[in-house]
Amino acid sequence: MWNLNQFKNNIAVITENGEKITYEQLNKYCRELTDQIGKRCLVFNLCKNEIGSLVGYIGFLNAGIVPVMLKADLDDELLSECINTYKPDFLHVPLDIAQKFKDCEKVYTHLDYALLKTPYNNVFELNDELALLLTTSGSTGSPKLVRQSYKNIRANTASIIKYLEIDEKERAITTLPMNYTYGISIINTHLMAGASLVLTEKGLMQKEFWQQLKESEATSFGGVPYTYEMLDRLRFFRMQLPFLTTLTQAGGKLAPVLHEKFAKWAQENNKKFVVMYGQTEATARMSYLPPEKAVEKYGSMGIAIPGGKFSLIDVNGIDITEPETVGELVYEGDNVTLGYAENGTDLKKGDERGGKLVTGDMAKFDKDGFFYIVGRKKRFLKIFGNRVNLDETERMIKSNFSNIDCACCGKDDMMSIFLTDSVYNERVLNFMTLKTGLNRAAFKIHDIDEIPKNEAGKTLYKELEQYYA
Amino acid sequence: MTTLEAYTKAFTDTFGITDEEAKNLKFQDIKAWDSVGHMGLIAAIEEAFDIMMETDDIVDLSSFDKGKEILKKYDVEID
Repeated sequence: MWNLNQFKNNIAVITENGEKITYEQLNKYCRELTDQIGKRCLVFNLCKNEIGSLVGYIGFLNAGIVPVMLKADLDDELLSECINTYKPDFLHVPLDIAQKFKDCEKVYTHLDYALLKTPYNNVFELNDELALLLTTSGSTGSPKLVRQSYKNIRANTASIIKYLEIDEKERAITTLPMNYTYGISIINTHLMAGASLVLTEKGLMQKEFWQQLKESEATSFGGVPYTYEMLDRLRFFRMQLPFLTTLTQAGGKLAPVLHEKFAKWAQENNKKFVVMYGQTEATARMSYLPPEKAVEKYGSMGIAIPGGKFSLIDVNGIDITEPETVGELVYEGDNVTLGYAENGTDLKKGDERGGKLVTGDMAKFDKDGFFYIVGRKKRFLKIFGNRVNLDETERMIKSNFSNIDCACCGKDDMMSIFLTDSVYNERVLNFMTLKTGLNRAAFKIHDIDEIPKNEAGKTLYKELEQYYA
Repeated sequence: MTTLEAYTKAFTDTFGITDEEAKNLKFQDIKAWDSVGHMGLIAAIEEAFDIMMETDDIVDLSSFDKGKEILKKYDVEID
């Protein structure tokens, strides 16, 4: 995937303690790791924004080993469910949690990561095109995975490099997890272009993050809508960050007022603010709003990326040609992934989409051909950039608290949970934060006597809107 | 309500913890105090004392005790 030695002496990575790692060194680390495996197989990479995790990801892809990218602090129960479902040959995990995996044997340690051999050996056949597996909903840890091919990653990476004009001089600091498609796309593009990555586990609300950003002279970072709300609260516009030139945004629709604010700041300070749209199902990116249009077209997610094409279809599947008409967004391009896997046998499946993705997002375009997301067909929320399936969370609550009825709905970054017995409020809140790993600020519990339902017993979510809209 | 009570309440309300638990709390000691929780905490403190904190102070407020010290700059004595 990456020809690392092409940029031999360039700095590939700057770590949290300031260590600089060249492309040549990175290549060596990758080979030393993958030589321990020596065959094409499935590996779980438990991710952190650290060099060990990165070496795993890059090494595995370069050696034809298929990684499943999961967050390192995934709930134990959800993790074992994933392991039981897919039976990977190896686990590549932070050294400090390696002892958790009792039935595995530690075969190699490096860079604070351990490679563990599981009791499984090539249990499931892997399709030749299959490169990488990512979760659809990082937070609920559903074992449903998106199957990405080598072609998908190459196509999307080349396209992003083109429209963001990423060259060897760029230096991106990590603000997104490595198991998250948007975080991965930043890694993919920068290492393909010979640029540098500044790895940090620190967040925007920590002093160390800003110190590292300044010291490493980082030129860009990406953020989900919530990131931009935090930046706004941090009085970001008053900061002096001369090296920082590009900010990108994806992972949900940014409030138009914030979009405008950041676009104007960028214009006035000679920076680039690039709003984008994508899905794991499309490898990462499908659209971008060219930065020179940011002020004029704020609120829009822009146009299709180079090599991609959008269309809108009405309820009958007919193409919409009139501007300002809402329809379901359809994308075509080489970055449309192969399909999903819900169990091990799905890993041998080939391309099920033929380069066409019906996104599930409702959109319209204006007279100039710029697209705007207006809603969603399916019941899920984006919380801090993570897709959270509402039917799934409802099921989780009901199966864990059998004496209450509940309904989950709400807005992005704020899930409303309706419960019929207030005695359980705190327990449900704790359960949800534990299982999803999301901050409690993402949930609001509402007391209700009865969940409104139709005659067939289906929850009438519309009637609940009055309580949170 | 004393300033200490108001200050403590910002922590207990934001993180869903007791007064006792708030007292020696540091950033990331509990799951609720991550970046998202931090933003909520800052909002609660700013509202409680009707102040607007500077960036450096927002990112420096990494413990219950540290916050008390920082608030002095805004003429808020926690006692």
